[in-house]
Amino acid sequence: MRKATPLLLLLLALMPSEAFAHIVKGEAIGFVSGFEHPISGLDHIIAMVAVGLWGAQLGAPAIWLLPVTFPMVMAFGGFLGLIGVPLPGSEIAIALSGVCLGAAVLTEFRPPLWVAAVLVGTFGLFHGYAHGAELPPGQNALLYSIGFILATGLLHATGITIGLVHRWPWGQWALRGAGAAVMCGGMFFLWGAVA
Amino acid sequence: MNKRLAAALILIVFAPASADAHLVQSGMGPIYDGISHFGLSPEDFLPVIALAFLAGLRGPLHARLTLATVTIAWLAGGILSLSGITWPAIFLPALTAVLFLLIGGLLASNAELPPALCMVLAVALGIVRGAGDMAGVTASPSHALALVGMTASVFVIFALAASVTLPLQRLWMIIAARVSGSWLAALGLLFAGWILRYGARVQ
Repeated sequence: MRKATPLLLLLLALMPSEAFAHIVKGEAIGFVSGFEHPISGLDHIIAMVAVGLWGAQLGAPAIWLLPVTFPMVMAFGGFLGLIGVPLPGSEIAIALSGVCLGAAVLTEFRPPLWVAAVLVGTFGLFHGYAHGAELPPGQNALLYSIGFILATGLLHATGITIGLVHRWPWGQWALRGAGAAVMCGGMFFLWGAVA
Repeated sequence: MNKRLAAALILIVFAPASADAHLVQSGMGPIYDGISHFGLSPEDFLPVIALAFLAGLRGPLHARLTLATVTIAWLAGGILSLSGITWPAIFLPALTAVLFLLIGGLLASNAELPPALCMVLAVALGIVRGAGDMAGVTASPSHALALVGMTASVFVIFALAASVTLPLQRLWMIIAARVSGSWLAALGLLFAGWILRYGARVQ
């Protein structure tokens, strides 16, 4: 029973969006919409996966500290976007996040932990701001946010899982190749943002 | 109890169903309506689980005191609403968002809290969510029984969740609990921003 308990708790936490108790009739279902939002843009996806890749490269404690930092700061950015605080240049910053994080993975950049956290947090702020400013009305706030956070976390987890190949020599090269791909994608989006 | 049977029973109990505002109609009586309501309300079970993780990480004394406190406080909060108290529109959702942020942040940082502080969090969570669950609901025997069902669910889920973190020896499980705390804090921030921008549609 003890081993099944975490799984059961996770199942409870991932209840289908149709079944929630506090809802005013007529509202759109939020969980699916929120889950789709972070994965709706490739520029967001590559950055969030790159956070996981870089964390895996850096090893403990960065492997879990960076994916913790990014959602929290991203949520703060989303908060700023929701309340209308101006934060110009978010699209450029988002594109730059792909370039910088991809370069970090490519070069196996190993800064002090606090530098990595600040870098990831800064980019997370802009990612979150862009999401927050785009959030549509008519959604169930909490379910939307749950879907949003869950999708972001799963993208990080995907990056970390892929990054586990770092333990093998061929995996280290594969990761650097992935970093190069992320960087190229970031450059593509940066071009689109500034052109 | 057989693990598969336990999993099946819990899935059956919490199987999704169409839901009206405030109370779920499970068709199995008011106590089960209350149990279903808790299971279908992320704003209820998520902070309970997070607080249980936090108390469990601090040790058995924290966990036991917090378990008793949150259960009693939830009942008290529900009684307050059933007694006819009307809450301002965004008051309870805003407090819910703040509690998400607070509990999630403390769990993410694995803060060394004294038992009294855990109990204060439990009181705040119990009263806010208990009141929110019964907000706008007229006092009646069936609704009182629903509140009993909700409170019982709080007790059970908290005890289960705290039991997960109490005996933790493996670092990765502690990290998983802390990551879940960061997600809850992030959820609180987004929820707070949403309330400020659109007003709350969830009580």
